[in-house]
Amino acid sequence: MSRVGVFICHCGENIAGTVDVAAVAKAALDMPGVVHAVEYKYMCSDPGQTMLKDAIRDKKLDGVVVAACSPRMHEPTFRRTAEEGGINPYQCEMANLREHCSWVHEKGAPTTAKAVDLVRIQVEKVKRNHPLQPIRVPITKKALVLGGGIAGIQAALDIANTGSPVLLVEKSPSIGGHMSQLSETFPTLDCSQCILTPRMVEVARHPNITLYTYSELEKLEGFIGNFKATIRKKARKIDEKLCNGCGVCQQKCPVKKIPDEFNEGLSNRAAIYVPFPQAVPNKPVIDLANCTYYKTGKCKACEKLCPTKAIRFDQEDQIEVHDVGAVVLATGYKTMPVNNFSEYGYGKYKDVIDGMKFERLASASGPTGGAIKRPSDGKTPESIVFIACAGSRDRLKGVPYCSKICCMYTAKHAMLYQHKVHGGKATIFYMDIRAAGKNYDEFVRRAVEEDGVKYVRGRVSRVYEDNGQLVVKGVDTLLGAEQVEIRADMVVLATAVQAQDGAEELAQTLHVSYDPYKFFAEAHPKLRPVETNTAGIFLAGACQAPRDIPETVAQASGAAVKVAGLFSQPTLTREPIIAVVDRQPPPVFSHCVGCFLCKSACPYQAIEEESIKNRNGDVLKVVAKVNPGLCQGCGTCVSTCRTKAIDLQGFSNEQVFAELMSI
Amino acid sequence: MSSNPATMKVGYFPGCSLQGSSRDFAESLHAVAKALSIELCEVPEWNCCGASSGHMIEHLVSVALPINVLLKAQKAGLDQVMAPCASCYNRLATASYEVAHSPTTKAQVEKVLQTTIRKLPRVLNVVELLAQIADQIGPKVTKKFEQTVACYYGCLLVRPAKITGFDRTEDPVEMDKLVATVGGKSIDWNFKTECCGASFSVARTSVVGRLGAKIMHDAVERKAEAVVVACPMCHSNLDLRRGEINKRLDPKTDIPVLFITQVIGLALGLSEKELGLGRHFVPVRFPAKPVASPAATPAAQ
Amino acid sequence: MSSHHESSSACHSLAARLEKEGEVSVADCYQCGKCTAGCPAAEDMDVAPSQVLRLLQTESPKHEERALKSLAIWMCIGCETCVTRCPQEVDLPRTMDFLRQEALLRNLANQAADDVVAFHKAFLNSVEKAGRLFELGMVGDYKLRTGHFFKDLGIAPTMFFKGKLGLFPHGGANKREVAEIFARARAVKKESQT
Repeated sequence: MSRVGVFICHCGENIAGTVDVAAVAKAALDMPGVVHAVEYKYMCSDPGQTMLKDAIRDKKLDGVVVAACSPRMHEPTFRRTAEEGGINPYQCEMANLREHCSWVHEKGAPTTAKAVDLVRIQVEKVKRNHPLQPIRVPITKKALVLGGGIAGIQAALDIANTGSPVLLVEKSPSIGGHMSQLSETFPTLDCSQCILTPRMVEVARHPNITLYTYSELEKLEGFIGNFKATIRKKARKIDEKLCNGCGVCQQKCPVKKIPDEFNEGLSNRAAIYVPFPQAVPNKPVIDLANCTYYKTGKCKACEKLCPTKAIRFDQEDQIEVHDVGAVVLATGYKTMPVNNFSEYGYGKYKDVIDGMKFERLASASGPTGGAIKRPSDGKTPESIVFIACAGSRDRLKGVPYCSKICCMYTAKHAMLYQHKVHGGKATIFYMDIRAAGKNYDEFVRRAVEEDGVKYVRGRVSRVYEDNGQLVVKGVDTLLGAEQVEIRADMVVLATAVQAQDGAEELAQTLHVSYDPYKFFAEAHPKLRPVETNTAGIFLAGACQAPRDIPETVAQASGAAVKVAGLFSQPTLTREPIIAVVDRQPPPVFSHCVGCFLCKSACPYQAIEEESIKNRNGDVLKVVAKVNPGLCQGCGTCVSTCRTKAIDLQGFSNEQVFAELMSI
Repeated sequence: MSSNPATMKVGYFPGCSLQGSSRDFAESLHAVAKALSIELCEVPEWNCCGASSGHMIEHLVSVALPINVLLKAQKAGLDQVMAPCASCYNRLATASYEVAHSPTTKAQVEKVLQTTIRKLPRVLNVVELLAQIADQIGPKVTKKFEQTVACYYGCLLVRPAKITGFDRTEDPVEMDKLVATVGGKSIDWNFKTECCGASFSVARTSVVGRLGAKIMHDAVERKAEAVVVACPMCHSNLDLRRGEINKRLDPKTDIPVLFITQVIGLALGLSEKELGLGRHFVPVRFPAKPVASPAATPAAQ
Repeated sequence: MSSHHESSSACHSLAARLEKEGEVSVADCYQCGKCTAGCPAAEDMDVAPSQVLRLLQTESPKHEERALKSLAIWMCIGCETCVTRCPQEVDLPRTMDFLRQEALLRNLANQAADDVVAFHKAFLNSVEKAGRLFELGMVGDYKLRTGHFFKDLGIAPTMFFKGKLGLFPHGGANKREVAEIFARARAVKKESQT
């Protein structure tokens, strides 16, 4: 005989303002099986929870329905309370009178009637609830960090320092990411590589970090605490143990005219190359698309000249499968390409460049040794126009958001230019100045007040080339929208920050949500910025949204602590709402006939085959079996089963029918 | 619509200027159409599209007039209408777009025209049409048009993108490709889509002079021997108004302005008369090409 | 949109009507000035194109009047460069059309643009009468309206000899039908204003 208690929450005015809670409580008392029904202002509050516990004890309740907000809000709260009150937490259910009733309907009799129905449904369910025990699953205490830029580096170091092993997987031949390409960083004008490379070396040396460069994640299976990651180590064609980084191969390679990606095409590299001198690891890689040997079968100069005989032309990609417990996504960003700008020349003008290219010009280790030179003729530009918001805040170009970092780096670029070219004229066309970080606004004022950078408020309509110079047609809106035409030697576009190429495919591989701009989605924009909606996968850095280095580092550490928190538990507790295949006494053994429709329907590959054997080992029947570690309780298998042999614990067929029949 | 080399039929909306001041455009278009076996089916009883003045001061009239034209085309069984004048083309396309996207406008136009509007014929411009059959033009070229030209697209052939859906809004290329097909060389220059002053030709001729001078200056500086256009207004502003332009240029320029149909017509071997070249204000003359081999007998100039 | 400015009744402001009739939302404009930067006619304008939008954003009658009385709206060539480059895709050409029409309705058109207005009126008048433009007739009408009798007299003979000056209107259109279109459109427009 059931003894169900119903607790109607007012939720302040949220529910009580629309639903007649007293009437609902009165109606609940008339429901068969209900022995106690009350209403209270805030059930989730301390007195509310105490009241619940007391009622369970005093009225000897064996089931509880809390009619309040969404279970997504407080199911864990009330289940814990019920457990403290002395019953199994799974004997507590919630009826959603808020999101499903008071928040979506007008006050009136029909709304209250609906609330009564919602309570009735849960009463019928709870009467058929069985006590369930949470499932404990072991956790693999190893982390996978995807992306070797500053975000990935920071997260890897932080996790490694807590004692857990980390696999750091980076797509390109070296870690470092975009930060390694920068010249100086705002607001301190620290040399970017000087502050980055020590971290890169630390990563390489850390006993808990295994570095996989020139590698990519192929597949991720499993679930939080129990992932299986398939990593492809692309073949460098080098035996890394033998290579000593002498660089002879690069020098002697006859194919020398490949645009260097690291230097944004401002210089050339060979077909066998190390991306930059400070690369970690400092081992070359062969570019198969451009290597003469792979194209024609001839050459092999590097192999002949390598002093340690480290070249391996027949090296194959290697696939490694690793068990990991958590994944940190730190795959970074790209910037909108210049050829996207129809009104600025579709990328055909050599001296119209983007911010990253300017970084390489300004960088002391760059192709010009830090001298600002025009890519077209190598001359020093006497005037540069910087265009902020190039592509950002631009619905027409499909990027309505602000890219956050451009105001700051444009000021920085202009300042660096003024420092390097005394007497040079820097003009910045801007819409607003977004300099909200620590010491940021002062930095921009320095550009204006100390370095003489001219800021003009207005967007540029068009840039074209005339007689070796670039004609910039802009406007000064602060001067009554007066047209401004400048003939400059170089134009630097602060192009929009966008999601990395391949971000969408990676998100799909990992089953992680992403937004319309392909940035990975955080679990909650305010309160859960480093988690995704996929348990066990965390976010760090610009792969989530445009951001600067301090925020990236902070976020990376935040993600690391989430991982550490996960790994600090002995086991992982999973909800017992899982599917179960029934078992019957012989000779039936199970209503399952072994059709395995459920196996093909299961999105989590959680159904296995089980052979039921007699004492001699003969197989009597092959039936389905649910792996409690993988099952997510979605119920797809339950609906596909023709013989109703598989059922969901906590949401059984019987319960669902009873709920429906009650209204 | 079939692209059968024998005959291709397309609806044809001449527009008012082709009947009047841009007779040469009409003549060259008809001559080239004949040479390329394109049958131009004129929309019966067509009316003026309203041009710029229409939309500038009477919006509803400016939508109703082009829709009326498209309805007549539809009634005549035409599923596509080519309007050689860029302004007519833009007005037909814009009116069609507005009626398709704004239920209020559609209702109003239906009230004015006292009919229901269903899916209207597709609107194309002359460059679009020629581009579609470009592969048929090449084989028919008898005298390569070996000049260096500046292709001037003007404003309304390619803008706004959501109305025209044709070529690139900045640095378009379709006309350049047609010129290349007939053996010509088109320059890369900066004023392909910079406005010439359009309908200000009468009321504010000075504006046309100013804007036209910028266009001609860039073309001449980059060694163009002619400017090629696909719009009667552009032609008029750069040709008929050359005097006003030359007031602002030193040295003055006398490079001709040709319609794309005239360029193609010349390459197909059609005569200057058929193509209306004599009607231009700026004589159509090209600089003499240097003689290929010095040892040969010098040809009479 | 109307903060510290004295506002016209919000539903009758030009901005609200423009939104309803032309489906243009002036609120979308964040005053970046790109339209002005690329406008070929800006140097002839008293109010820059981006500023015309600003005058509508405040929904203040004083600013609306300035927009309607401006020379700028008549100096707009209708080249569509602004809307093509506008990052917020604000339909400025449509806004200009709307303002021109409104200025004429309220008799506020800038006098310095009399010749431009005259041209448009002469053009449409010619179309209304004959269904197709009669260029010579239109120019004649323009000269009568503006008094610029000697305009382009110099080129007229050349045009004539080159066969570009049609002396008579072209037939072909259904004149009555076109005249009816004009009349009905004006009636429908008037109806929608009330």
